[in-house]
Amino acid sequence: MLGRALQILFFCLIVKPVLLIILGVRVKGHENLPEDGPAILIANHNSHLDTLVLMNMYSLRNLRKLRPVAAADYFMKTPLRAWLSTNVINIIPIARKGKRTSDPLEPIYDALDNDQIVIFYPEGSRGEPEKIADFKRGISILAEKYPDVSVAPILTFGLGKALPKGDPVIVPFFVDVIVDKPCKFKDCKTDDFSEFLEQKLKTLKNGQYFADYIEENPLVDA
Amino acid sequence: MDNILTDPIWLGMFGVYAVLGTAAASILLLKNRLKDKDFSELVARTKTWGYIILMATVVLALGTKAAIIAIGFISFLALKEYFTLVPTRKVDRRVLLWAYLCVPIQYYWVFIGWYGLFIIFIPVYALLFIAFRLILAGETSGYIKSVGTMHWGLMLTVFNLSHLAFLLVMPTTVELPAGGAGLLFYVLFLTQFNDVAQYFWGKLFGKHQVTEISPGKSWEGLIGGICTTTVLAIILAPFYTPFTWPYAMAAGALIASVGFIGDVTISAVKRDLGTKDSGSLLPGHGGVLDRLDSLTLAAPLFLHFTRYFFGG
Repeated sequence: MLGRALQILFFCLIVKPVLLIILGVRVKGHENLPEDGPAILIANHNSHLDTLVLMNMYSLRNLRKLRPVAAADYFMKTPLRAWLSTNVINIIPIARKGKRTSDPLEPIYDALDNDQIVIFYPEGSRGEPEKIADFKRGISILAEKYPDVSVAPILTFGLGKALPKGDPVIVPFFVDVIVDKPCKFKDCKTDDFSEFLEQKLKTLKNGQYFADYIEENPLVDA
Repeated sequence: MDNILTDPIWLGMFGVYAVLGTAAASILLLKNRLKDKDFSELVARTKTWGYIILMATVVLALGTKAAIIAIGFISFLALKEYFTLVPTRKVDRRVLLWAYLCVPIQYYWVFIGWYGLFIIFIPVYALLFIAFRLILAGETSGYIKSVGTMHWGLMLTVFNLSHLAFLLVMPTTVELPAGGAGLLFYVLFLTQFNDVAQYFWGKLFGKHQVTEISPGKSWEGLIGGICTTTVLAIILAPFYTPFTWPYAMAAGALIASVGFIGDVTISAVKRDLGTKDSGSLLPGHGGVLDRLDSLTLAAPLFLHFTRYFFGG
């Protein structure tokens, strides 16, 4: 109860003003967003802001349905961070490394069984700003186990410029979000679902103009 | 709080609402008659106009300070759109933050009416600071492009647009019929009117292309627009400006022709990058820069024209 109240306060007082005034989020395909669980949102991951932007596309009433999958080694590091992550953001902590006695995706299965909307980053961690890294196997395993669940591919652009890994200062940029039509594993004829989704995101990105970073020292490489 | 919605501006705003209402009504009529044509873009455009004018009315009613803050915020949006649009380098990130800081500083000079710093802050101090801060960032590859891109963006969206706000506080030798807000209304109305007029003349008689950059722009549209805007400038001058008709004629022609140059300048930026719109904040228009393009160059010229002849 306290967690939920804090989540709403956090979104109203901090997330919404930052995303509305300092950044400015432009969403395309909002109608493609699955309204009810079980569903999976997959997106490229370049910034801590990714999760907040994806969550903010939902109304305050539906916030609690959203469960971002996050790395336990980072988000559960200190007791305070762990408490805030699990109670306010409502993450599903997943062990990225270490001894595996059981299926590490187990908590995600629970969330989907409880009709929640899982936010999943197939790249595994925040990569280079505005680059889409190779998708890991996790999303395939998940989709094969839940072939009936809608998976919505979402491309975000600009968040890696606004707040990249390793720099705590936010710089204002407009941010673009494109939500593609959700697909189910059982409906798409592919053996490699993660590759399929990776290509979907890359197609979304190639479909329009984005100001990528200028490569540094192009002459040195040539 | 000083209400700067004086009688002439009230009447002017009333006129604007009447024009918009007529436009909306004719679009609805056309939409009903020509069912197979797509009017969604035009409808969105008109709706957005409605919101813009509504917000302008509220801001003017709140007074000079509110108007300066509002124009400052528009500058921030335009600068943000520009920095989102143009490619930058990773090392430029922190420097961009300093560039954003120029917005509140520049509008502070307007706030306190300090013309001296208002006019040199971005051309002299921001230029110096950005050049030096980019050196401290320590990456020489792409330095010229970065320093040029950043400063040009500041000039267009912060320095030039802040002239609109300075019109509100500029001292004059003669009494203005509707205060500084009258000058602001005059230049805003004429530039936006000129955009529409050039579009209509171009649609009706356009044959000869002016530039490769904007294939839709014709000499017929440009000249027709300049003439119409100049006539309107002469008619409106006694209510909003200290201009007698020769001054008004010059001001009108200036606003219309420089408005055109601003328009194609932003088009050139978009063409260079390979995008159609500068953003998507204003449905039916595109981005903030798509709407402000003609003002970016016309605003400073109008202020300096007025200031040269009537500035105190």
